[in-house]
Amino acid sequence: MTLIFAVFTFLIAPFLLPGLINKSKALWAGRHGAPIWQPGYDFLKLLRKGQVISKTTSFAFRLAPSVNLAAVILAALIIPMPQQTALLNFPGDFVLFAYALGLARFLLVAAAMDTGSSFEGMGAAREMTFASIVEPAFFMLIGTLALMTRQSSLSAIVANLDDGAGFAMLVKSLGTIVLFIMLLVEGSRGPVDDPNTHLELTMIHEVMILDYSGPDLAFMQYAASLKMVVITTLLANLLIPAGIGPAGAALLFLALFMLVAVGIAGTESLIARLRMSHVPQFIFLMSALALTAFAVVMFFRNGVLR
Amino acid sequence: MNWLKIKNLQAVPLSHIPRLATDELVENMLDQIHTGKRLVQFFANQSGKDLALYTVLADDADSFLVLAAAEVPRSKSFASMTPSAPACHLFEREIYEDYGIMPAGHPWLKPVRKGIAGIEGGEESYHFFHMAGEEVHEVGVGPIHAGVIEPGHFRFSCTGETVHHLEIELGFQHRGIEKLFIKNRRKPFFLLKLAESIAGDTVIGHTGAFVNALEALSGTRVPLRAESIRAIALELERVAVHLGDLSALSGDVAYLTGHSVFAALRTLATNTSLAICGNRFGRGLLAPGGVYSELTVDVVAKIKSVVDELEEKTELAADVLFASASVLSRFEKTGAVSKKTARELGMVGPAARASGIPIDARADFPYGVYASFPVHAFSLSTGDVFARAYVRYVEILQSLRMIREQVESLPNGKIRRPVTDLRPDHLVVSLTEGWRGEIAHIAITDKRGQLCRYKIKDPSFNNWLALALAVRNEGISDFPLCNKSFNLSYCGFDL
Repeated sequence: MTLIFAVFTFLIAPFLLPGLINKSKALWAGRHGAPIWQPGYDFLKLLRKGQVISKTTSFAFRLAPSVNLAAVILAALIIPMPQQTALLNFPGDFVLFAYALGLARFLLVAAAMDTGSSFEGMGAAREMTFASIVEPAFFMLIGTLALMTRQSSLSAIVANLDDGAGFAMLVKSLGTIVLFIMLLVEGSRGPVDDPNTHLELTMIHEVMILDYSGPDLAFMQYAASLKMVVITTLLANLLIPAGIGPAGAALLFLALFMLVAVGIAGTESLIARLRMSHVPQFIFLMSALALTAFAVVMFFRNGVLR
Repeated sequence: MNWLKIKNLQAVPLSHIPRLATDELVENMLDQIHTGKRLVQFFANQSGKDLALYTVLADDADSFLVLAAAEVPRSKSFASMTPSAPACHLFEREIYEDYGIMPAGHPWLKPVRKGIAGIEGGEESYHFFHMAGEEVHEVGVGPIHAGVIEPGHFRFSCTGETVHHLEIELGFQHRGIEKLFIKNRRKPFFLLKLAESIAGDTVIGHTGAFVNALEALSGTRVPLRAESIRAIALELERVAVHLGDLSALSGDVAYLTGHSVFAALRTLATNTSLAICGNRFGRGLLAPGGVYSELTVDVVAKIKSVVDELEEKTELAADVLFASASVLSRFEKTGAVSKKTARELGMVGPAARASGIPIDARADFPYGVYASFPVHAFSLSTGDVFARAYVRYVEILQSLRMIREQVESLPNGKIRRPVTDLRPDHLVVSLTEGWRGEIAHIAITDKRGQLCRYKIKDPSFNNWLALALAVRNEGISDFPLCNKSFNLSYCGFDL
C-alpha cells in the first residue's frame, strides 16, 4: 500500500492534478483541451531539452531548481497518506514541513532576484508578501489540530482526528477551507494568480521561473505541482473518516483528489482573478478561519464549556 | 477669424484655404480649442518651396470642420501651444520630427516614431522621465513581449506596486506609409492595398477613409448598394473587434467564461466577413467607387442569421459578465480618465465616449449611408475600464441593428462606378468612425491632379497618452487590463 501511494504521489499525481484542472477548464470553456497527461509529456520533453542560462545569474540560479525540488520532496515525505503513517514522522514534524516549504520558497525567490529582472523582482516581492500571511495561518491550523488531538506529529494528528467529539467535525470543515485557500495560494491558482496569463506584470509564480528552461524548468514545474499534491493530500486526510478501511480510504482519497482538481478548475472558470491589492484580504480569510477553529477547540476541549 | 468652414468629404481648392501668419494661426487655434473645438489634424506640408502648416478643427456639436493654413516663417519656428492645449503635443512633435519646424517652448520634444536613437547625441542622451527615492523602482516592458502582440516600450516608475508614471515609446513599426502613398501614387491598386495595411485590425475603417477621399476628390458618386455594403462591412468589423476586446478583457482578469464565449462569438462575426469578401478582416472588399464583392442572396441570408444569433448570445454573455461581482471589482474604478482630461487630450472613439464625450464621426460628420441611418453616440461618464467595456457592448448591439437595417433595405443596382481623374490643387478631409474611433485622412492633389500629400491619423494617435495617464496611481498589475481596455494600435500610430 505504501508503495502504491508513493508511486501515486511522486509519479502520477503531480502530472494528473494539473492535467485534470486543465481538462476541466477546457470542457467548461467548450473546448476539447489538451490530453490529461499533457503535463507529463511536457515534463519528459523538457528533460530532453537543452537549457539557456542567463549570463547575469550566479550559482543561486543554478542551485535553486534542485534544492527547491528536494525541499518539496522532503515536505511530501512528512505528509501521511490516508490511514498510513508518513515515511518521516516524529513529534513536531509539521514544523519541518512548513520550513521545508519555506526553504523551497526562499530558493525560488533568491533565484528570481538573481536574474536581476524587474519582473521577477516584482513576482518575488508578491510571493513573499503572500507567504508571510499564509505561513502563520497554517501554523495556527496545525497547532489547533495538535491541541485537539494532543499529538504533535502530522501522522499522529491525522490518525486521531476522529475521536467522536461533535466539534471535531466543525474544526475539520474549517480546516478544509483553510487548506483549500492555502492550495490556491501556494499552487498559484486563481483567484490569486493566473497560471494561463502571458502578462508578466500580473504574474506571481510564473514570472519567477521565467528565465528557466529545459530540465531546470521541468524541476521547477514538477516541484510546484508536487507542492499542490502535498497540500491536497493533507486536505483529503481531514475529510477521510477513520473507520472505512484502507481500500475505502484509497478510493475516497482518489475521489477527493479529483474533486479538488475540479474545484480549482471551477474557481478559475467562474470567478475573475482578484485585484492584486485585494489578495491579502483573501488570504487573511485563512487566518480568520484558522483562528475560529482554534477558538472552537479552546472552548470545547480545554475551555469554559467543558 | 476667416477660417474656411467645410464638411467631411468636401473637396476644396487649395486657393480657398485662408493663408494666415503663423502667429495668427497659433492664436486662432488656441482660441478655438479653448472654446470647445477639437483638434483633428495639425500637420506640415512641403510642396515645392512652399512649406506650410495646415490645421483642421472640428465642431462636433454643429457638424462642421474649419480649416486654415499658414506659411512657415523663415525662422522655422512657432510658439508651442502644448502648454495651454495638451491636445497639440503630439502633432507638434510630429511636425518637428518630420520637417524640423520648432514648436518653441514645447515641454517634451521627444521623437514620435523615428526612435530616440536618431536624436542628437544618440539614444544615451535621451532621458526617460525618472523618479528617485528608496522604494522607487523602474520596470521596462517591451518592445519584445511575451505574447504575440505589437512592439512598444513601456517604462513604469513605481513605488512598490503603484505606478506613478508611465512613459510610452513607440515607432518600432514605422514603415513610412504616408510617403509610400505619394511614391506609388500612379499605382491605384497598390494604394488600395496600402490603405488596407495601415492598421491590420481596422481594414474597413482606414480603407473606407481612403476610398471616400478619392471619390470626394474626383467627384465620383458611389452606388447606393455599395454604400450599404460598406456600412455592413464597417459595422461587422466593429462588432468583431469589440467582441474580441470583451473576450480579451475577460481574459486579462482571468475570467474564463467571458474569455471563451466572446472569443467564439467574435469568430462568428469575422467568418461573416469571410463570407462577404473572402477575407476575415475585410481585405479586398472596398474599391474606389464602390465595392468588389456583390452580396448574393445566400450571403444576405447568412448575415441575417448571424446577426440574430450574435444579438441573442452577446446579450446573454454580457448579462453574465457585467453581473459578475468578481469582474466588476476588477473593472470598476480601474484606469479612470476624467472628462476634463479626455477633452484636454482630444481623445476620440469608445474611450472618449466612456469618459463622457459623446463624439462619433458617423453621427457628427455623417458620410455614406450614415446620413440617412443616423447613429446615436452612446456615452458613459466614469471613464474607467468598466465604462470602456460597457460602451463596447452597447456599440455591438447598435452595430448589429445597423447591419440588420442595411441588409433588410439593401438597394438594388450596381456595386461600383469607375473613379474619374482627381481634381487638381484640391484638399479633402475624410473622416470615418472606425471601431477605435475617428480616423482622419487628408489628401492633397498637385496641379496635375496627382496626390502630393497623404496625411493619416489613426485614433490611437489621440489616445495613447490617455492610457499613460489612466494607469497613474493604479497597481502595475492592472496595466495590462487598462491597456486592453483602450486596445490602441501600434502600427496605426507608427505608420
